[in-house]
Amino acid sequence: MSMLVADELTKLFPGESQPAVDAVSFTVEPGEFIVLLGPSGCGKTTLLKMINRLYEPTSGRFFIEGVDAHDMPVTELRRRIGYAIQQTGLFPHLRIAQNIAVVPRLLGWPRERIEARIDELLDLVGLPREFRQRYPRQLSGGQQQRVGLARALAADPAMMLMDEPFGALDAITRTRLQDELMAIQRKLHKTILFVTHDIEEALRLADRVMVMKDGRIVQFATPLMLLAQPEDPFVAELTGASDLLRQLSLITVERALAHPGLQPSTDETADLTPLHPQDDLRLALTRLLSVGDEGLVVVEDGRTCGRLTLSHLQAVLRDPALLGAQR
Amino acid sequence: MTYLVQNWRSVGSLVVEHLWLTLSALAIALVIAVPTSILLVRIPRLRGPVLGLLGVLYTIPSLSLLVLLIPLLGLGYWPAVVTLVIYAQLVLVRNLVVGLTEIDAAILEAANGMGMNGWQRLIIVEFPLALPLLLAGLRIATLSTIGIATIAAFINAGGLGMLLFDGVRSSNQEKIVAGAIAVSLLAFGANALLRQVERWSRRGLDA
Ligand SMILES: Nc1ncnc2c1ncn2[C@@H]1O[C@H](COP(=O)(O)OP(=O)(O)OP(=O)(O)O)[C@@H](O)[C@H]1O
Ligand SMILES: [Mg+2]
Repeated sequence: MSMLVADELTKLFPGESQPAVDAVSFTVEPGEFIVLLGPSGCGKTTLLKMINRLYEPTSGRFFIEGVDAHDMPVTELRRRIGYAIQQTGLFPHLRIAQNIAVVPRLLGWPRERIEARIDELLDLVGLPREFRQRYPRQLSGGQQQRVGLARALAADPAMMLMDEPFGALDAITRTRLQDELMAIQRKLHKTILFVTHDIEEALRLADRVMVMKDGRIVQFATPLMLLAQPEDPFVAELTGASDLLRQLSLITVERALAHPGLQPSTDETADLTPLHPQDDLRLALTRLLSVGDEGLVVVEDGRTCGRLTLSHLQAVLRDPALLGAQR
Repeated sequence: MTYLVQNWRSVGSLVVEHLWLTLSALAIALVIAVPTSILLVRIPRLRGPVLGLLGVLYTIPSLSLLVLLIPLLGLGYWPAVVTLVIYAQLVLVRNLVVGLTEIDAAILEAANGMGMNGWQRLIIVEFPLALPLLLAGLRIATLSTIGIATIAAFINAGGLGMLLFDGVRSSNQEKIVAGAIAVSLLAFGANALLRQVERWSRRGLDA
């Protein structure tokens, strides 16, 4: 069953002429990492806040695991959804351990379970357990965001809403936290709705990117689709600005095949139009998108060197070291 | 000083009376001020009128208010307590309202987003965050209450004011000085104690 189904969700703030979110419909499957991307004011935060009902939709409905969210008690709904925001919203008068424990306490977990969970979460987000007794103000911005993440994960919600959680961090801390979030996601398989207006962040993190403009969804597709087949001039402009396509054109198929973490396929089925190891990834991307999941054989001098798939390209996209090396 | 030492029994019981008057007035004042403030925060429309009224009451000279209450409540403890409660309201309510309304919106949004209901948010988040300002108000209210309670001896409410009034009436210099010293010591003590409590309430907030 789908994790989240939105049906014509609309939010019109009182006194406004244009809806902030305009009849938006989409479906999110369990375990998907969705990134909401778009310029300031396009309605990302508004859409997110409708999901945990901090804003009530003006019209339209949405369903969480098949249940109409409007029929759930609002506090219960929110305790089932992790929520992390840019300003962290950590409670300054509570120690780190108490901050993380808020939702489990609201849910009435027994004390020992909460204590064990705090340690587990501190380990997960890479903070030393000694931080339990600190106050938020005694932590750096990046550390505070880690606590915010741990707090959102505390009651093990199936779904997480994250509104520019890394927006206020410097580039290095940001990349590190992105890596860790991806590692956590590989372990926990949450359904994540993540807001950003940073195209690079979106392409790196997302399984699918929801590009928004003026309260509407312009395109909702995988990062590679967005790069290679923008459905709208606005998306083309957005992805064009990212410089990723240019970078892909500088990387060879050979290097992508050698990317660690992916099994080189030994499948030798011949393709009519094989790739060459020295072809660039931009070309490969265009060709791969037209053939689908099975990918394309890479052939050099009549000898098969492997099979390149979209997963290889995705791995490259997520590897700033590989991309950065081409700059 | 020698008067204080020689008459420590009678001075002691006056101190107890004074403390009792002060503490009971402050306790009643808090019981009224806390819900009033929460109401004013939830219904902003009421804020101006209510704070305005408390401001007007605050400007009435304390001796006048004490005397004005005599026809209603007579002499002694009760009119004194009522007067003290009225004076403490302004600073308590104003500080708590400011404390509650100045909480960072992101913090309140996080509290709501995590699934706290109104009461849980108030108890777990809002009240603790407003506490330092409430305590600052309480400290000021305590000092003025100790002072005004001295004047309340004029309507037979007891307390250390008795020493002062007796001293003035019988031209007993020693009694006057003793009363003044005792009241001041009480105020200094209360101030120091409440400063500590205030500091404790700010832990984490300005680390
Ligand atoms: N509480 C509100 N009351 C009235 N209008 C609002 C409110 N919140 C948002 N809006 C309006 O709705 C539109 C969408 O705002 P929203 O916060 O969803 O944008 P966003 O995509 O999250 O932008 P950003 O990237 O700057 O965070 C904006 O035009 C904004 O002014
Ligand atoms: Mg926003």
